[in-house]
Parts: sequence; C-alpha cells; structure tokens
Amino acid sequence: MSTASEEVLLSATGVSVSFQVGSALAARFRGQERLLHAVDGVDLEVRRGEALALVGESGSGKSTLAQALSGLIRPDSGQISFDGRVLPAARSRADRRRIQMVFQDPYSSLNPRLTVGGMLRELLRVHQVVPRAQVDEFSKELMAMVGLGAADLVAYPRQFSGGQRQRVAIARALALRPEVLVADEPVSALDVSVQATILNLLQQLQAELGLTLLLISHNLAVVRHLCDRVAVMYLGRIVEVAPTEQIFSAPRHPYTRGLLEAIPRLTDDVGDDRKPAIAGDPPSPLRIPGGCRFRTRCPMAQPVCEQSDPALGAAPDDAGHLAACHFAFTPAPLSPAPLSPAPLSPAPLSPALNENERND
Amino acid sequence: MSAIEIPPGPAGPEPASEPVLVLRAEGRHASRWYRQPALVAGLAILAVVVGLSLAAPLITPYSPIAQNLNDSLLGPSSSHLLGTDQLGRDTFTRLLYGMRLDLQIAFIAVLLPFLLGIVLGSLAGYFGGWVDSVIMRLVDIVVAFPFYVLIIALVFVLGPGKGSIFIAITLVGWVAYARIIRGEILVAKRQDYITAARSGGLSNVRIMRRHLLPNVISQGFIYGMSDIVQDILAIVTLGYLGLGIPPPTADLGSMINDGQNFLSTHWQLTTIPGLAVVVVGLGLSLVGDGLADLLRPGQ
Amino acid sequence: MSAGPVSTGPVGGPVDTGMILEVRDLRVRIASRRGVVRAVDGVSFGVPRGGALGLVGESGSGKSMTLRAILGVLPPEAQVTSGEIRLDGVDLLQLKGAEVNRLRGPKMAMIFQEPMSALNPVMRVGQQIAEGPQIHLGLGRAQAAERALELMRRVGIPDPERRFRAYPHEFSGGMRQRVMIAIALSCDPEIILCDEPTTALDVTIQDQILRLLTRLCRESGVSLVFVTHDLPVVAQVCHDVAVMYGGQLVERGEVREVLLDPRHPYTLGLVRSAPDFEYVRESLVPIPGSPPSLVSPPSGCRFHPRCAFAEDDCRVSDTPLRVLPSGRATACLHYERTLEAIEADRARP
Repeated sequence: MSTASEEVLLSATGVSVSFQVGSALAARFRGQERLLHAVDGVDLEVRRGEALALVGESGSGKSTLAQALSGLIRPDSGQISFDGRVLPAARSRADRRRIQMVFQDPYSSLNPRLTVGGMLRELLRVHQVVPRAQVDEFSKELMAMVGLGAADLVAYPRQFSGGQRQRVAIARALALRPEVLVADEPVSALDVSVQATILNLLQQLQAELGLTLLLISHNLAVVRHLCDRVAVMYLGRIVEVAPTEQIFSAPRHPYTRGLLEAIPRLTDDVGDDRKPAIAGDPPSPLRIPGGCRFRTRCPMAQPVCEQSDPALGAAPDDAGHLAACHFAFTPAPLSPAPLSPAPLSPAPLSPALNENERND
Repeated sequence: MSAIEIPPGPAGPEPASEPVLVLRAEGRHASRWYRQPALVAGLAILAVVVGLSLAAPLITPYSPIAQNLNDSLLGPSSSHLLGTDQLGRDTFTRLLYGMRLDLQIAFIAVLLPFLLGIVLGSLAGYFGGWVDSVIMRLVDIVVAFPFYVLIIALVFVLGPGKGSIFIAITLVGWVAYARIIRGEILVAKRQDYITAARSGGLSNVRIMRRHLLPNVISQGFIYGMSDIVQDILAIVTLGYLGLGIPPPTADLGSMINDGQNFLSTHWQLTTIPGLAVVVVGLGLSLVGDGLADLLRPGQ
Repeated sequence: MSAGPVSTGPVGGPVDTGMILEVRDLRVRIASRRGVVRAVDGVSFGVPRGGALGLVGESGSGKSMTLRAILGVLPPEAQVTSGEIRLDGVDLLQLKGAEVNRLRGPKMAMIFQEPMSALNPVMRVGQQIAEGPQIHLGLGRAQAAERALELMRRVGIPDPERRFRAYPHEFSGGMRQRVMIAIALSCDPEIILCDEPTTALDVTIQDQILRLLTRLCRESGVSLVFVTHDLPVVAQVCHDVAVMYGGQLVERGEVREVLLDPRHPYTLGLVRSAPDFEYVRESLVPIPGSPPSLVSPPSGCRFHPRCAFAEDDCRVSDTPLRVLPSGRATACLHYERTLEAIEADRARP
C-alpha cells in the first residue's frame, strides 16, 4: 500500500457507455431507443502505484467502466487518458499492453485447448516482450511469480483447481509487463479459503512490481484488506470516492452508508430485529430517476433531490474525499422530509432487461 | 509468532490435485472412445467397407468395365460371387469399385461445404453486423429450396461428372455448417478467454483461428458425419437418375438403375448395391452418434 | 438453544425428541467414473422446533448433498446408503416416493440458490404460489389465490394484486427470491431448507432477504436449515451451526461460540482466511493444501494433511463428533491446541 503516489496514471473524463437493449429493428418500429446507460458521465482518476477499488452492486456499471478503461469497450462519449495522453478509441497494441485484465470466472477465462505455456508463448511472441530465445525462461519466471511451477507450463487448464487457474490468469496478465492490472471480481468465484491466497498474491505482486491495481468488487471486506482508495458506484455514476479507511469510518453518501450497514458480520446476532439497511429494489437502468438517482431508496431524500442531480464534489476540508449528495458535507436533516421516496405503483415491474416490458 | 500457529499458506505450487467432487463439465471428452458401443460398431463396419474398397484390385481379378457378352446374366457361382450383369461384367467387382468411387466422392464432397461453411459461419458469428446479415440472407436463399431440387438442377445445368457433383453439393451444403459454427461462435466469443485475447492485443484472425475455431469445430465434425450419409445418398440418387458419373464407370446408383429391369429374375443386381448403400450409411451414422457422445462436453 | 446430543429412541416408528428434524449417521455415495465418491460420510445433527441451523462448508464439503438427501431430491447417480432422516419423528428414508411427496409442502419446503431456474418461467407467479395450497391443503382456486396474495404481502412484494399475474422474468432477483419464500411458506411447513439462497444476490438485497427470512421464521415458528459458505451470513440467520469438511461434520454448536471461539483447526482456518469486515488483519492466513479427495479420503481425520496441529493419532483414528461438557461438539482430537492458538491471537497487541 505504500507504493501509491499522487501522479495520475489513468483517468476517465465524462465517460459514458450505453447499450441498446432488444432488437434495433423493433425499436425503430416502436419509435423509441431502448438505451441502457450502463455508465453515465463518469470522472475517475487512478494514481500510479495505488490500489483503487471500484465498488458497487449489479447494475452499477463498475464492470463496464473497467472494460472501457481497459479498452475492451468503446465509450460513447468522454475520454480516457493514460500517462497524460488521450487514448484513441481504437487502441494500438502498445497501448493495450500497458493495461491488462484478470477476470472473475476462472473456468471460462482460460482457453481450454491451449496449454499454459502455449498461451504465454503466444502473447510473448506477438508482442515481442522478450527476445525469442528468452521466451521459455521468461515463462518460467512468470510461473514462479504467481507461485506455480515450471512443470505447470505443459498442463491444460482443466488440470488445475479454481485458485490455481486464477494464478495462471494473473500470470497471463503479467506476461505483457503492464503498468495497470484491472482485476474484475478476481476471487468471487473461489472458495473462501482459497480467496486468501489470491488476495495475498495480488498484494505481494503490487508491492514487488509497483503495479497500479484497479480492483472491481462487490465485497467490501476484500476491498478494505487490499485497497488504498475506494470509489463507490450506483446506477452508472460514481457516488463517493475516498481513502479506504475514511469510506469505512466516515462515509458521506447515504448509499455508501447503507451498503456498509447491509454487510453481514461475524458478530451479528440472529435475534437482531433491525430493518434492512436499504429498502426496495434499485430502479431499472433503462428508466433512471430524474434528479439524484438514489433518491427513490434514500432515507433522507428531500425535494431538492428530485429537482437537481448532485455533482461529485469534494469535502470543504478534504480534497481527497468526494461525494455526490446534496447533504454529503452538511449536517443531515433531522428527519426525513414529508415527501417519501417515489411511490411504488407507477414504477416498472422490474429492472429485468426484457424487450417485452410493458410501458407504464 | 508462537509455535502452535497455523502457518501462512505456501507461496509454492499446490500439486494439481485429484479433482474434488465437482458436478460440472470436466472437459470435452466424456470417456474413452473404445467404450462407446455405437462408435466401435460404426468404425468396425466402416473398416470392413473401406478395406474392401481399397483392396478391390487385390480381391477380384475382373475389370469393372470389361464387357463379356457371352457371360451375361449369370447367377452367383464360385467364379462370379454375385453373378454378372446384362453386359457380362462381374457384379461383385462392380460393387467394390462402385463403393470405392462413391465413397471417394462423398468424402471430398463433404469436405468442400465443410470448409466453405466454417469460414463463412465464423465470419458471420464473430463480426456480426452487416457481414452477418449478408451471409445469413444467403443462407436463407439456399435453404428456401429443397435440397434435391437444387442439386439436380445444378448438375443438370453443369452436365454430369465428378466436377459438377462437387460444385453442386458445395453450393448447397455449406449452409448447415455455417449455421452451426455461427451459433457456436456467438456463444464462445462471450467467454472470458476471448475477451482476454482481445485485451492482449491479438488480431481478429488469430483469435478466430487459434482460440475460437478449435473450441467449436467439433460440432462441425459431428454434423459432417451425418452429412456424408446425405451426400452418399445424393450421389447414388444422381447416379440412379442418370445424372451421376457417366457409364461405363461402375457406380452404385447406375447399378441400381440398370438392375431394375431384372428384378424378378436376378434380384441381386439391384438389391445388393442398395444394401451396400444402407450398410455404409449405417456405419457412418453410428460413427457420427458415437463421436457426438464422445465430444459432448461434460457428462 | 444448542444443538444438543442426538437422542436415541426405539428403532423404527416415530420418536418425539423435541427436534423437528434429526439426521443420524447419514451417508450418501455417488457413483462416478473415478470410483465411489463418499459425498456425505456419517453426518448427524438435529434441529429443534423453531430453531435455525446453519450448515457451513466450502465446495465439495457435502453440505448441498445433505440437504438434497433430506428433501429426497438427490441426483440419479447419488444414493443414501445408510442413516436416518427423521422429520417430526418419521424416518423419511423408509417412506416411499409418493409418501415423501405428500410431506413436501406441508411439512418441509426448500429455497434454492438460483430463483430463475427454480421458478417455472411459463407459469404466472401467483399461480405458482397458489399451487401448493391447492394440492396439499385442498383449497379451492379462489381461496388459494387469496392465500397467495396474503403471502405476497407478507414477503414484501409491492402491489401484489398486479404482480400476481406476472411471470418470473418480470421480477428482479430479490423479488424472485421473495416469491420463492412465499412458495416455501404457502403450505405452512414446519421446516424450510435453504440452499445458499442469497449467494447470487447483491449485498443490499441479501440484507433484505435475510432479515425477511429470520423475521418470518420467528413469527411463525418455522425451523430453518441454512446451507452457505458465507460465515457472517450464518451469524445473522442461525442459532446453531454445523461445519462440514470432506463429507463429515467437524464442529457443531451455537453460532457465536463456533465462529468467534472455534474448537476445530478447520473452523479456525476458515475464520482466519476470510476477509472479515470487522477484523482487518495484516495478511489473510489461507489454509494450506487443497480439499480432500472424496473417492479416497485421507485416513483418520480428513483434515490432518492440512493441519498444523496434526499428531500421529490424527492420521490413524476415526474422528467422529464428540460432545464437550458445554454442549458443543468437535471432531478434533486435540482441540485444546486450537484454543491455545486463539488465545495467542488475542494476546498479541
């Protein structure tokens, strides 16, 4: 965690990514665009050497944002800069090398037909990472770095356990000697006792190689263990950014507070009769509420929340802590306003992405 | 650190241990190939058939096309195992040479549509967009016509002979492969390892060739097995209709046609070639079934 | 309320021990290419009326198979080879299929992990909830529909009249899980078996569902068996917990005791290797080695190859659960070493 610096390495400015839902032809007939705004005007800075967490639930847009930053998806608007330079939509091979991803599912992230060694060799040769004669040597080094042996180079993915496959995936990501490692839920699909080995490995590699780590996760306990800063996303926007300990000890956005309260703890008690931290379902990403998008579930929503969409602003005394709430840095109102969150009946039946969703 | 602590996990490798009970697909091969009864039976039949056809010159001394009008329409005997036809040619010899020719044509005839279909299907599936639309509309056009109508029309136009058969079957047969491979690729390209390949900066051609195709092509092979049967039937039918290989070359379809006139007296002239087609078809179907079971992912 | 010692009654015939569910020495074998898999190998526990038992373990521990054996929905290649499963005194394994079927619904119900595949996609949700009461309780259509609406309100589905006629795909994940809970409750069961019901849900939705489940069970006195790999979730939902490893139980007792003060090195390892929200450690301590083969498990204690406290007798002796004076149970022959390790942890500044 001590490798973090102030220098901005990767940044997104006003990035938006939308997807069209359902058949384009049908949409034209109905005269409407079925656009899903997965990421909606996001600004984010990733500093060199730090471990930044991108946290959110399903529909928050965190994976989409990570893929946009990695160059796998083209943003509809906004720019992504790397090392001070704006990256074009179609990235060059050299640019792609510098940001590599590790994926969530260890069972589909490795080509079942290639041996581990074959997969590494291909990448090393295509990018000419090392001279041809040193490819084998370097492959062995990569294996050692992730705690696997040279003998594993001739094995196929199906011969490995989930945890070992993730190590292979990390070795693959490191093969191109990237500066940024984007890990999308790297341990969610693994058993609890195996998660620890992978998390420790990531921590170790970050320290040894001076990597910048972007960790996408829904598990805040993992985040607290590994990351310097946390960015919380909700429905396509970043709602809070702060150093890890501040997010956990003094969250400023009601969603972050609710999220933290919702996490089950070992010290919980079955007799505890508290109400759920956040009630209701998230709105459909196809039908994002006007004003603040969290207001439909927010315990302290006020009339102003419906009228204006709060921007991500910094705390007056701490430029490192940002939150997108009208009341983030002012004392909260004593009781919720008489206007309760949006009534349930006019809302669409569900956020399910369904072409046949009735129009209400 | 006290001596009774559980030590931290090793940074060293865990042995690729014997897999724990995991109720998920283990890999693409369900079990050893020799344990599939269908596959073994089919291969046995094919081995016999192909063996006989290849060894034809060694097995029978007669020429398949030499006529000997003195010995026409003889019944089965020790010198002519299945008798002779109306032009004195040994039926058994013609059978072997006919099978040889038809099998040859069938294997090549299935290869060309396979290749064309795989290429077009991959392009359609991987790139999507207008490439997909164009290719799929071509598929729609071809599929609109009944298979035999199109084949016969094409051979009729192109004239009889091996070349026309190949062209006709290729132009009509590629669509099934294209659809199958396109479907498989649409699913496979969403897998994380393809995304990883893209983020690794690998070119599209390389991704299709090395990463996608090897993982989806087995479905094409399986379909190919049933396709060969269909192709053999098509070739025999064309021969029967007089649109196949021109006489005097021995060909199962024309043999069936020629022998028709003698059905009441020398039934073996028509029936035996017909049975041969059935046996070959059975063998290929069994192999196809067995392969499908073998290559099906998981249990 | 501890999962006390399993009492013995006369063989055969219903036995009333105050436990709604009693599992005794359950063994499930699965035929596989690699040999016979001993998926569940001698598991015993009891669930008191109104109680909630958590069944915790990682993948391959046998927890799901245990649940399926109780409900009678094992996959075709799996078989119960010995043991008893007594529901309200009646041994389910002695009953024929049709008889067990009559119990599903009115006596016991199940909630699955993936609500989308557990709900019929072409049947309206209201009808799916009403089906159970129609069949098992003999209610007429109108009455069953009324009951379904009532249940939908109880589980917190907004606008139930309108949603009654909706299909599963029109609901979000959390709502579908509420529908599953409604179906499970529809015939007033005495016990609900849950197989990782919230694993696929977001944290905030999981929070809602877990609180709903615990509230409903408390209000109606329904017992619960809750299978999960997530330790803090067990703390929130259950009174007692049983930890499974390699097809066997390694520890059993009250939740707070087992999770915060374990008496088995595996449980200790689980707690130490999971990133917990409250205990932030410098580095997580993974459990070395890999899970045991269920075809040829290690001799003696199945955990001994990975255990730092293993002694000679651990490699040789069987390790059934032993009940300690306090009522909790552990399978470890040398559990005092786990105790010492915990005290050393706490003593460290």
